[in-house]
Amino acid sequence: MANNQSKKTSRNIATLLSIVIPGLGQVYNRRFLKGILLLIVTISFLVTTWDYIDIGIWGLFTLGTIPREHHSIQLLIQGLIALIVLLFGIGIYVYNIMDARKDAISRENGNPNPTLLKGISSFYNNGFPYFMILPGLLMLLFVVVLPLLFMVGLAFTDYNQYNSPPRNLLNWVGFDNFAALASVNMWKDTFLSVFTWTIVWTVVATTLQIVLGLFLALLVNDKRVKFKRTIRTVLILPWAVPAFVSILIFSALFNPTFGAINRDLLSQFEIMIPWLSDPFWAKVALIMIQTWLGFPFVFALFTGVLQSVPQDMYEAADVDGGTRMQKFRHITWPHLLFATAPLLIMQYAGNFNNFNIIYLFNEGDPAVRGQNAGGTDILISWVYKLTFVTNNYNMAAAITIIMGLIISVFAFFQFRKTASFKEEGRY
Amino acid sequence: MAMSSKKKSKIEVAFIYLFILVMFIIIGYPLFWALMMSVNPGSNMLVTELFPSNPTLEHYKWLFTSPNSNYLLWYKNSLYIAVVNSVGSVIITSLIAYAFSRYKFIGRKYGLYMFLLLQMFPALMGMVALYILLNTIGLTDSLYGLMLIYLGGQIPFNAWLVKGYFDTIPKELDEAAKIDGAGHLKNFWTIMLPLAKPILAVVALFNFMAPFMDFLLPRIVLTSPSNFTLALGLYNFINDQFSTNFTRFAAGSILIAVPIALVFLLLQRYLISGLTSGATKG
Repeated sequence: MANNQSKKTSRNIATLLSIVIPGLGQVYNRRFLKGILLLIVTISFLVTTWDYIDIGIWGLFTLGTIPREHHSIQLLIQGLIALIVLLFGIGIYVYNIMDARKDAISRENGNPNPTLLKGISSFYNNGFPYFMILPGLLMLLFVVVLPLLFMVGLAFTDYNQYNSPPRNLLNWVGFDNFAALASVNMWKDTFLSVFTWTIVWTVVATTLQIVLGLFLALLVNDKRVKFKRTIRTVLILPWAVPAFVSILIFSALFNPTFGAINRDLLSQFEIMIPWLSDPFWAKVALIMIQTWLGFPFVFALFTGVLQSVPQDMYEAADVDGGTRMQKFRHITWPHLLFATAPLLIMQYAGNFNNFNIIYLFNEGDPAVRGQNAGGTDILISWVYKLTFVTNNYNMAAAITIIMGLIISVFAFFQFRKTASFKEEGRY
Repeated sequence: MAMSSKKKSKIEVAFIYLFILVMFIIIGYPLFWALMMSVNPGSNMLVTELFPSNPTLEHYKWLFTSPNSNYLLWYKNSLYIAVVNSVGSVIITSLIAYAFSRYKFIGRKYGLYMFLLLQMFPALMGMVALYILLNTIGLTDSLYGLMLIYLGGQIPFNAWLVKGYFDTIPKELDEAAKIDGAGHLKNFWTIMLPLAKPILAVVALFNFMAPFMDFLLPRIVLTSPSNFTLALGLYNFINDQFSTNFTRFAAGSILIAVPIALVFLLLQRYLISGLTSGATKG
């Protein structure tokens, strides 16, 4: 009994020692090399990063106190990097504590300490996945995660053209920017009209491209159609041509003065449509162009899946006297949706953020009275304008956060779909 | 009865062909129009003709021979970024995908969720931040800055894709190799990579083409014309005075669209199968 008690204490002592000084618990476990290494890592971590983290965290809270001397933006970035570094440090610290406890337990059970070589090899084996991930993880942290965090931070500051470092200090302003979006007239009106158009754009353009892609896939898949390969190749062409080239070509085609659509086609019927200067017609043109650009991907996708639908299901349906519509609704469509739903959701998410077409077609114009966004601007192209034209960084960041929330809804459905695939285990 | 159903079928087929023909025209017209614009003489769009009476290759010549033309430089820049991006992303993503597919480690599940979530956020959602960040570390107007963003930004989507493919490779294969004494890296190198060639080719191709097609990130990052990529340079042909340089733009675009379209059409079968397997097998 007493023996058992002392066993339990040894693991607690090891844990406690490692909490107080990293590496000490390992030394207590008689794993000297590991203990000393951990101690050296800890000391060098603290020595090299202490000042950086200290200033960073201070900067994150205050955003600087002396104008011109403290650069709020640099402090904010340093603060975020300090947070990430700190997390790494805490990770090592927690590992050290758990490791000491594990070794102590293994010693309590009477296992001898592994030899040096064995220790190294087990470290390599257990650490291997982390080594594989590390380079990518670092890039991901600094190229994707850090900017996103930084942007979230900006949304709660007052950083704009008139209030920018190093001349001024920035302040944390809480939810003021979001409140402005909901209450200040100019922002409210612009936000509402841009937001509704973004939703209409996403739903209509994406649905049209899916419907057209589906329809064509079904037509070409028909047994009676010949030259399938050639037809498919031509139908995929809009996907193969770089989108920015096609969009700029369309932008010229729709140009009211020299564009071929007004000059060569519609003039036959004596119609002139102001494609670029009237918001309504610009939107119509954009939706048509996006359908042209987007249907080939869906077409190719559905064509691939259609060929995998088991033919005997159709034969069984034929025996039962099923109509064409019934076969489509009960066999083809579920099958297509099952295999492609996540990609279709991605299509909606992609159009929601389809900056290229909006900007390249008409730069979001025509301008609209009483708004600071153009008539065809969607949220992301509005954010671009706010950032690079009018330098309203804080508002741009706030709008981006709202976009992020909407995207998360897409992501939620994506999760559910993907999870359901796992459970089905069919593919 | 039999006659009428046969007749009905014929009419249907005729309509199918008719619809496909209409689609062909809608697809072909803009592309054909651009091709014809590129052989129109001069740069005044108001006098261009769909079938020019005196077609010319002057715009193509200008791109390659004029001392004012940066076209070859842009081609070189794009190619450079594309190659680095393609090779780099295959290395980085296959390492990550291998770890996620074959090992159990802390944070694995949440890492996967993070990839799924982040692939929805295009890099440009953080553009405010990216721009200011690159400014503070002095990597604006640098091809390296752009490469860094491409390489980091492609990870969530491609790691997910490759991981899905790795999952379909039977575990027995590498377990057997492990028994034979193959280490982690050897396993990865001699078993996983050769078997995953199709999906790695897809990743390489995607990331090779992305810099040729992308417009926004170069626009944010690059400022001096000698650093431009093709997309950015071509856009600037028509950006300032739209009507004056469209013919030149058309010529430059055709020279980039044709090779890309050809590669794409040749490989699209693999693209589709890679996408569907990666997305659904997740």
